[in-house]
Amino acid sequence: MTLQIALRVLWSHWTYRPLQFLTLLVGLSLATGLWTGVQAINTEARSSYDQARTALLPQANQVLQRRDGQSIKLTTYVALQQSGWRTSPVLEGELSSGNTRIKVIGVDLVSMPQTMDSWSQDDGKFNLAAFLTSPHLILASADIAKQAAILPGVAIVTTGKNVPPGTIITDIDLAERLLDKPGQISRLVLAPRQSLMQTELQVLAPQLERIINQSAADIDRLTDSFHLNLSAFGMLAFAVGLFIVQGTINLAFEQRRGMCRTLRVLGVSLRTLALALILELLMIAVIAGAAGVILGYFIAALLLPDVAATLRGLYGAQVSGELDFRVGWWLTGLAIAIIGTLLASFWSLLKLLRMPVLAAAQPRAWALMTRRGTFYRLMVSGGLLMLALALLQWGSGLVVAFSIVATCLLGAAVVLPDAIASLMGVFERFARRPVSQWFWADTRQQLPGLSLALMALLLALAANIGVSTMVGSFRLTFDGWLDQRLAAELYVRTANEKQSIKLRDWLQGRADAVLPVWNVVTTIEGEAGQIFGFSDHATYRNYWPMLQLQQGGWDNVAAGRAVLINEQLARRRGFAPGDVIRLSEDHKLPVAGIYSDYGNPRPQAMINVDLLTRWFPKVAKTRYAIRVDAAKSQALAEEIRLKFGLEGRNLVDQASIKRRSLEIFERTFTITQALNVLTLSVAGFAIFTSLLTQSSMRLPQLAPIWALGLTRRQLAGLEFLRALLLAALTMIFALPLGLGLAWLLLAVVNVEAFGWRLPMFLFVDDWLVLALYGLVATAFAAAIPARRFSTIAPADLVKVFAHER
Amino acid sequence: MSVKATWIWALVGLWLLSAVPVGAQGYGGLGTEAQGYAVPSPQTLIEFPKDHGPHPHFRIEWWYLTANLTGEDGSNYGAQWTLFRNALKPPAAQKSPEAGNWSTSQLWMGHAAVTTPSAHYVSETRARGSLGLAGAQSLPFSAWINDWRLAAKAPGDQNFRQLTVAASGAGFSYQLDLKARGPLIFHGQNGYSVKSSSGHASHYYSQPHFEVSGRLNLPDGSVNVIGTAWLDREWSSQPLSAAQSGWDWVALNFSDGSKLMAGQLRGGGGGNRRDETYTSATWISPRGTSTSYPDGSLSMEEVSRSTVADRAVPTVWRVKLPDKAIDIEIEALNKNAWMSTSFPYWEGPVVIRGTHSGRGYLEMTGYK
Repeated sequence: MTLQIALRVLWSHWTYRPLQFLTLLVGLSLATGLWTGVQAINTEARSSYDQARTALLPQANQVLQRRDGQSIKLTTYVALQQSGWRTSPVLEGELSSGNTRIKVIGVDLVSMPQTMDSWSQDDGKFNLAAFLTSPHLILASADIAKQAAILPGVAIVTTGKNVPPGTIITDIDLAERLLDKPGQISRLVLAPRQSLMQTELQVLAPQLERIINQSAADIDRLTDSFHLNLSAFGMLAFAVGLFIVQGTINLAFEQRRGMCRTLRVLGVSLRTLALALILELLMIAVIAGAAGVILGYFIAALLLPDVAATLRGLYGAQVSGELDFRVGWWLTGLAIAIIGTLLASFWSLLKLLRMPVLAAAQPRAWALMTRRGTFYRLMVSGGLLMLALALLQWGSGLVVAFSIVATCLLGAAVVLPDAIASLMGVFERFARRPVSQWFWADTRQQLPGLSLALMALLLALAANIGVSTMVGSFRLTFDGWLDQRLAAELYVRTANEKQSIKLRDWLQGRADAVLPVWNVVTTIEGEAGQIFGFSDHATYRNYWPMLQLQQGGWDNVAAGRAVLINEQLARRRGFAPGDVIRLSEDHKLPVAGIYSDYGNPRPQAMINVDLLTRWFPKVAKTRYAIRVDAAKSQALAEEIRLKFGLEGRNLVDQASIKRRSLEIFERTFTITQALNVLTLSVAGFAIFTSLLTQSSMRLPQLAPIWALGLTRRQLAGLEFLRALLLAALTMIFALPLGLGLAWLLLAVVNVEAFGWRLPMFLFVDDWLVLALYGLVATAFAAAIPARRFSTIAPADLVKVFAHER
Repeated sequence: MSVKATWIWALVGLWLLSAVPVGAQGYGGLGTEAQGYAVPSPQTLIEFPKDHGPHPHFRIEWWYLTANLTGEDGSNYGAQWTLFRNALKPPAAQKSPEAGNWSTSQLWMGHAAVTTPSAHYVSETRARGSLGLAGAQSLPFSAWINDWRLAAKAPGDQNFRQLTVAASGAGFSYQLDLKARGPLIFHGQNGYSVKSSSGHASHYYSQPHFEVSGRLNLPDGSVNVIGTAWLDREWSSQPLSAAQSGWDWVALNFSDGSKLMAGQLRGGGGGNRRDETYTSATWISPRGTSTSYPDGSLSMEEVSRSTVADRAVPTVWRVKLPDKAIDIEIEALNKNAWMSTSFPYWEGPVVIRGTHSGRGYLEMTGYK
């Protein structure tokens, strides 16, 4: 009963201060929402990867593939089966239906090991006979079910649970015809249990190798960095949101000291009071958490299409653009809201509960800063920065990289109020007139109440500067790199080698050069990667984006004595020019140089094209780069289109590849920038709430000044100016911090996440714009309390003296 | 032999329509109609060598071999080799104009096992009827799937006189030579075997008289074996109505040279006593003449159960056929002869005691 009364009394606080209550709810919802949104995106992406894995390789994850990446012949498959091998064929490819690209996975469910459970349709039934016989039943992902239905030979399309987005799964018989790949097999899935009597693979099919399926297994590793990136941003947003929550809760507790004392004096036990307070916090956390989860869902739904496009463009990972609402988020969202609330209110709660029953209930100067506090903060900050340095020196890995970023940001944020305060002290010493002396002193006195909001602003601004510097630097580098990398005017892919020969003959005299761009997928240093063959030409020597090159490197590569490798491979495995690298199982070459290769997650190497055809005689000789006078390239492309029927993806000009690459690039960072803006808004909101709550407590401090002769307007103006000044100072502190962050992102995080390091460029214009935004946001935040003060009734100010506080 | 046939219908039916909930009437889409397939007829006379080969116009068919073996080490062994054929669509729809490399209207599934007193090795392999991966032909006789094969030794052999059989799986392989020491046995009326009072039937014959010699390869090494074997051939199109919970079936070789096939179909427990259990039996004299017995002539009773693959399975039975004064107890050589295939069941060699002695094979389904 007393608990109920205590709760009602405590809750009455909010009915008198609805704005404060709203602030608390919005702050907590925002924090939870950003967190949940990011988690939702990550969960969705991961579940898509899992789908892809189960669809490609139910149970078994070992496959047989040809060493040269070509397709396996039917006779090889039959010979394997008849020699005791238990394998199941898979034929993969892509086709277009209308404007949609559809990935086709052709399987033989009859021989697929233990498939029946994993091939369920959405309605739980699966008609194997209809799947196997023509016209076929096929499984499609929901997003392309319509397009799949009009494919020839398809009778029924059903959406399957395990079908990755943009994909159909068909019987291999249909896949052969859809893809026009008769007699071809992409790979053979090995059954987990093989029989006792088996002829050795070496004897039976020496061209095959047994490998762990990389494409499926790698996706997790490749995309980890991306998801960690998102998670880091989610954490940052959550932390900034918690600053608001802590500020508001702190204030509410301070304001209710009197109320709590009265309750205690009236006989409410400490336990009941504590219980009431915790219950109240939990209620708030649950309401705000629920709102946050819903908000998070919308944030995720909004961002997911971009994330999906990024993951597809960058890693070839298929992620559904549609969002499922999962129970897991509700729970984690609510949990994080509750944990956050309890965390933010821990000290306030403790302080309130330790208060002696009969102590004066007067609100103390809110979280007064003491000299000892300054010392502690300096120690903490110093400790954090030392930790960051130590991690930088001895740590490695992406988590460590983000830890460095986090410790730096926190370390800087902790000392911000002290830094501003000492600056105020300096100003104060130089101030001569009484009003300005009061202004500086009062600003310093007000700092503790604003410090959390300022820290939030610092974090948001620094993150903004850091991220936009990183993205800007990357964009600039990427743009220049594309110009180098895409030196040729046209890129063609012919249907077959016969057409290649015809095309080359025809281009004699019409083009300046026709350069083969042939490649095989193989294992480089034990990892799936590509080897490109290229012919020695000025196009490469002049333009190729080399980071390091040995003396005479091009000559050595041209002579087939050396190899060029991409930066990712060099960094991941610690290769430098001169080191010998293992390219596929049978070949080794020394490294002559390292080139930058942005946007590619896998190892890559370049060798002389003649060497490539000697090593891999069956390499598809169908892709070429054509050098031609830029002015004539359009006309030539048109002629090739008419004469050879090459178009679409098979005939691309430099400009459109570049456009597409930049598009992917921009989409990659859409989400980063969106989160950035959201974080900054949260910080702006934090400033607003802090100022608003402070303003209500400022009357006792302002009334004497008013009594001494300053008008309400003057005082309001000074209050407004103070807010702007503090924001500007925070901005100034944020700049070096942001640049430090940018450096960490470019030189540490990027290297760990993607395997490349980027040069840093400074974008002064951006900073000015950001500063302007920051000031405008602060101005808005400060205007309302200032305006409120300028119109306050003089009687209210006089009352301050009457209350004798 | 209706008993054995029935569960195989169910097995293959389930395999084909695996997502249909078990317990649905008549095992889902199989229904009771022939649905465009050829139907067994009492007018059809079985002809050799033609009928050793496949009958693609019928929905289902199998070549089913079980062998009781003794090793040079004195141990008893059992071996099983089975090839199932299942048509995916009726004959009229089987010819597809745009036939590709993989196009097929037939699915094939093989089961092989070796049982020792202490171990049981099982393997399943599946293939579509394209690319020559699996199939059967009558002359020279051959039935195969992947690397498993049951085939005539001499190209001109029209009557299963001498066959060889081979299979391999995880942990085992075997190669056996089979010599027929008696005639082929036709079940029912000249091989037209009626399955139910409503007239469902199959074409069905056996060669129960094989003498075997060969070699088993097991993880501990190889062992030469001799013994007897029994081959069943059956094809049909009409599944039975199947509200029953499972089947028990034996094929027994008595030491006096006579043989007995006996089985019972365990009812679902819903109807009256007559519906609950349905028995059938065929007695074969040492000279190879056979007598078929109607429902009720035979009795099969559980004596004791063992825990196998987490379920209680009767591994000792009492079998009585009063008309031939048979009253015997049969016991599994290895109670763990569990077939962990797509659709699991129990199948393994047994030892016979009582009025008769000898060895045989026991098969049981539907124990949960």
